[in-house]
Amino acid sequence: MAASISGTEANTALIAAHKPTGRISDPIFVGLLWASGIFVLVLLGFIIAMLFEGGLPALREFGISFVWSTMWNPVTERFGAGVMVYGTVLSAVIAVIVALPLSFGIAFFLTEIAPGRLRRPIGVAIQLLAAIPSIIYGMWGFFVVVPLIAAYVQPPLIEWLGPIPLIGALFQGPPLGAGMLTAGLILALMILPFITAMFVEVLESVPPMLKESAYGVGATTYEVYRNVSVPYGRTAMVGAVMLGLGRALGETMAVTFVIGNATRMSASLFAPGATIASTIANEFPEASIGSLKLQALLQLGFILFVISFIVLALSRLLVRSKLKS
Amino acid sequence: MKFNRLLGVAVVSFAFAGSAFAADINGAGASFPAPVYQAWAAAYKEKSGTGLNYQSIGSGGGQNQIVNRTVDFGASDAPMKDDKLEAANLLQFPTVIGSVVAIVNIDGIGDGQLTLSGPVLADIYQGKITKWNDPKIAELNKGATLPDLAIVPVYRSDSSGTSFVYTSYLAAASADWKANVGAATSVQWPAGAGAKGNEGIAGTVKNTKGAVGYVEFVYAAANKLATTNLVNKAGKVVKPETAAFVEAAAAADWKGAKNFAASMIDTAGEKAWPITSPTYILLPKNPTNAAQSAEAIKFFDWAYGADGDAIAEKLHYIPLPDAVVTQIRDAWKAEVKADGKAVWTN
Repeated sequence: MAASISGTEANTALIAAHKPTGRISDPIFVGLLWASGIFVLVLLGFIIAMLFEGGLPALREFGISFVWSTMWNPVTERFGAGVMVYGTVLSAVIAVIVALPLSFGIAFFLTEIAPGRLRRPIGVAIQLLAAIPSIIYGMWGFFVVVPLIAAYVQPPLIEWLGPIPLIGALFQGPPLGAGMLTAGLILALMILPFITAMFVEVLESVPPMLKESAYGVGATTYEVYRNVSVPYGRTAMVGAVMLGLGRALGETMAVTFVIGNATRMSASLFAPGATIASTIANEFPEASIGSLKLQALLQLGFILFVISFIVLALSRLLVRSKLKS
Repeated sequence: MKFNRLLGVAVVSFAFAGSAFAADINGAGASFPAPVYQAWAAAYKEKSGTGLNYQSIGSGGGQNQIVNRTVDFGASDAPMKDDKLEAANLLQFPTVIGSVVAIVNIDGIGDGQLTLSGPVLADIYQGKITKWNDPKIAELNKGATLPDLAIVPVYRSDSSGTSFVYTSYLAAASADWKANVGAATSVQWPAGAGAKGNEGIAGTVKNTKGAVGYVEFVYAAANKLATTNLVNKAGKVVKPETAAFVEAAAAADWKGAKNFAASMIDTAGEKAWPITSPTYILLPKNPTNAAQSAEAIKFFDWAYGADGDAIAEKLHYIPLPDAVVTQIRDAWKAEVKADGKAVWTN
C-alpha cells in the first residue's frame, strides 16, 4: 500500500497527519500564555482589593484624615498615617539625594574614565551591593553605622548647625545614631546599584559621534559630561531616579533597624521616626484579627501601594517619553 | 532504580505511619517564654517520644492562630480579654513567671549600682526627666555621683509582651503615665527611640551613653547587662533576683483572678520585684482533635512537675506556686471537653 503513494501525496498525508495536533496544541499554548499574563493582573488586583477592603473599616472609623493624622496610639486605638507617610517619603528622598551624585560619579567614571581592567571589578562590586540581603544592611547599619554616626557625625553637626535658625531645626535632639538621616544613608547604599546600572546604560547609549565632536571642538571631560552626555539622557536618568525612589519607599527590614521607630512627628533629621513598611513590620505580629489596629495597618499598606504606584507611573512616563523622542 | 523507588515509598509511608502514631504538638505565640518551651520540648521528647513544635511568632499571632484553630495551643504574654476568651471558647492558664528589668549605660555605674523607681521611670519615658543628675534620681541614689548626661530612653519598637508588662508597671506606678500613655503591647511613646527585640534594646543601650532600656530578666542575666534596682510599692529598694520574683508571684491574688489573669505588677510585698508577670497558654475548650489536645495537656502536666521546674529555673524563669498548678489541673478536667467527656483525666 505504501508503495502506491507518490511523493506529493506522501507530503499531503504528512501535513494532514500533523496539522490537527497543531490545531489543538497551538490554542492551548496561546491560552496558557494568556493565562500567565492575566494571572499577574488578577493577582495584583486581588492584593490591592484585599488591602483596601481590609483597611476600609479603619478609613470609615477615622475618615479621610487618617491619611495625614499624626496620631498612632494603640492604647486608645486612635490611628493615623501622617507620621509614617512623612517618614517614608523623607527617608526615600534623603536616600535619593545622597545616592544621586554618587551614581552620577560612578556611572560616568565607568563609561568614560575607567581603564578597561578596572571597569569590570567596579561594575561587579556595584552589582554585588544589590545582591546583599536587606537584613544584612540592617544589622550592619545597627551595629556599625549607628554607633559611628552617634559618636562622630551627630555631635559636631548638632553643635555647629543646631544653633542656626531654620536649618538648625533639622539638627536637633540627642545624638542617638538611629534616626531619619541614618535610615536615608542606608537606603542610599541600597538603591545605589540600581540607579548606577541604569545611568551606565544611558551613558553608553550616547552616540560616540556627539561626544567626539564635542571633544573635537575643545571641550573638557567635564564639559562633555555636563553639556552632551547628561542632557542626552536626562529623561531616562530621571526615570532611573524614580525607580530608585520606588525601591527606597518599600524597604522594610534595614529601615526598621536604623530608623529609631518612633511614631512621633519631628522636624529633626536626627530624631527617630518610622516608615509605613517599618511600622507594619513592627506592629503586625501583635495585631489581632478584626482589631482596628490590623485594619489600620492594612490601610497603611494600601497607602504605600498608592505612593509606590504614583512614583512608578511617573518613572514609566519619563522613560517612555525619552524612548519616543 | 525501581527498587530504590520502592524503598523510598516504603520509607515515606513508614515515616507517615510514625507521625500518625505520635503526632507532634503544635503551638505558637509569645516569644518571651519561647526559650523555656523549647527546652521543655526537647526534654519531653526524650522522655515521652512526643515532640512539640513551638513557633515564637508573638502573642498577637498566637492569639490569632488559636482563635482560627490552626494550632493545638496558643501562647500569650498579656492575658486575653475575658469576652474574647468567651467568644473563642478558650481556656487560659499560666505556665511560668518572668520579670522585666531596667538596664542602663552610664560611665562608672555598674550592675546593681543605680536605683530607680516607677514614677521616675515613667517621667524618664515621658521626657520629663532628661538628665541623669536630676534631683529626683539623685534623691534615690544618695552618695553616688551622677553625670550631667542626657537620658536616652529606649523602648521595644516591635509590639511585645515585654512592653505590655513594662507599660503596665509604669501605669500602676504613675497616674500621669496611666492617663497620658497607658499600657499595651505597643504604645505611643512620648520620648526616646525604639529598637527591635531584646537584642535591639540591649544593642542600642550599649551603643548609647546615657541610655536606659528594659529587657526580660532572662535576657539580662544571660548577657550580663547592667541592671538597676527599683523601689517597690512598699518603699523598699529591691534587687532583680529570683527571691524577689518569687515573692511577687506569691503575693498575687490567684483565687480572685478570673481566667488566671492574676496581676503581679507592683504588688505590696516588702521584697517583691515590681515588674513581674506570668505568661499564658490558650487551649480550646472544645478541641476538634481530642487526642492532640490531650497530648498538649499531658505536656504541660509534665512541665509543671519537678523536671519542668528545674529546666525553668535554670533559664531564670519562676515556676508557678503549687496551689496554682492544682487549680490549673482542675480546670483542665472541668473545662476541656470533647463530646461531653473530659479530654484529660489524671
